[in-house]
Amino acid sequence: MTELIQNLIDGLGRGSIYALLALGVAVIFGVMHLLNFAHGELITVSGYVAYAMFNQGWSWYLVAPLIVVVAIIASLLIERVAFSLVRGASDFTLVLTSFGVHFLVSAMFVMFVGARVKTFSEPGWIADTIAIGPINVEVFDLVVIGVTIVTLLLTVAILQKTMFGLALRAAAADFDTARLMGIDSNRVIRGAFALSGALAGIAGIFWLMRAGNTAPSSGIDPMLKGVLAALIGGLGSMRGAVLGGLALGVAEVVLRSQLPGEAAALTEGVVFALIALLFIFRPQGIISVATAERV
Amino acid sequence: MLETVGLTTTYGSIAALRDVSLSVGEGEVVGLIGPNGAGKTTLLGSIAGLLQPVSGSVVFEGSDVTGNAPDKMLKAGLALVPEHRRIFTDLTVVENLKVGGITVGASERAGLLEEMADLFPVLRDKWETSAGFLSGGEAQQLAIARALMSKPRLLMMDEPSLGLAPVLVDLVFELIESLRNQGRTLLVVEQNATRMLEVSDRAYVLRSGELVAEGTGAELLERSDLFDTFVGGTS
Repeated sequence: MTELIQNLIDGLGRGSIYALLALGVAVIFGVMHLLNFAHGELITVSGYVAYAMFNQGWSWYLVAPLIVVVAIIASLLIERVAFSLVRGASDFTLVLTSFGVHFLVSAMFVMFVGARVKTFSEPGWIADTIAIGPINVEVFDLVVIGVTIVTLLLTVAILQKTMFGLALRAAAADFDTARLMGIDSNRVIRGAFALSGALAGIAGIFWLMRAGNTAPSSGIDPMLKGVLAALIGGLGSMRGAVLGGLALGVAEVVLRSQLPGEAAALTEGVVFALIALLFIFRPQGIISVATAERV
Repeated sequence: MLETVGLTTTYGSIAALRDVSLSVGEGEVVGLIGPNGAGKTTLLGSIAGLLQPVSGSVVFEGSDVTGNAPDKMLKAGLALVPEHRRIFTDLTVVENLKVGGITVGASERAGLLEEMADLFPVLRDKWETSAGFLSGGEAQQLAIARALMSKPRLLMMDEPSLGLAPVLVDLVFELIESLRNQGRTLLVVEQNATRMLEVSDRAYVLRSGELVAEGTGAELLERSDLFDTFVGGTS
């Protein structure tokens, strides 16, 4: 029982990061119908900037907010140089473009920085635990969960209470009609990329803290988790993306600790098998969304 | 106020609209009638900026606005209530209205919301309800109220009576009359030709992408030969 609760907290910590990534994927899919396989590159770019600043002697407290800023700028830049050119193209073209961006960004780091993994030190408190009764909890998990809750509340407030949020929701529901209401498509799409970048940046802080390194291929794993979680939750649904992320995190941790002996090494495989099962019985994901309009 | 000159719009190689020239004067209610597939929706889409005409021009209040993006057209004072209403079903009634008023200032928006609540009492009762739960008639009123939130100089409506029960069709035409009595300028596409002609100052008949007749509502009502194939059609 104690172990299960510990696993659950650990899983929620991991899942929180996935949830933030998936939410960013869902926001972009909502307004553009783009399944963004380049989403993980925001973490690659942030990782290299973080590495450079650590070499300048910056601490995590300075680097963390910088990561968010870098992710927002990178997200807007990718929109400008790549996705804005294929707006209105078929879903397939959009997906291919995002793959192109993904490979291009990694290739650029290989060419200009080198293929070698760059390491930096994790924050000192990352392995600290605190005991709550019989349960040992990682401080890191609590911080991640706490920051995620605050981030989600802020995101909800932006979506529900601001005119930008209203415009974003309207555009996600029916892009053409939103334009008829006077919503500027450039502004709402750039806003969506900025929001998506901010969410990826916050997820990126924790991802990089845990990883302690960055490499040209660093974007693949966070991209897979974000896209998968968004698919599990039901593509286009923001609530679904958060649920999908949490479910994915908990499933990974629980399986890793509960699978017998050798099988634990196959956790990723089992997770994918479970996802395949989910899609057989519920292809639309946890929350189904009426087909969103495309730009 | 609005003038189209030789407007032609194509879908691929098919001309959906050929050389259409029409005008709407300030304070006029202009009907646009014609059978299914005549190009009525294409015409409104080409004016509102949803579709790009291949030739011809759209002149609104003296300036050439041909091919401007829909949000620019709205800011210029031209609103469209799209076919099938297209309300945002995930948003509440009041959120739909706020989106409609996204281009006006916050304080003015608050006043307009009050105005819409008075104009459409049925919406006031459902203010915080998700718009997906509205009936067809309520949804149509919301679609019109949403368009009015931008304080349009010209309001275009695409088939406002489409798919509504007869009693609600009456309501839509009463609404058009009351908007007309407020002095608003309207360009309304309708398949329900007789009813539309009765409330129109002037009207155009569109068939196979071309204007085949124009006149006052009363004149066109006399000329049933022009549209007897679809007169009174409610689809």
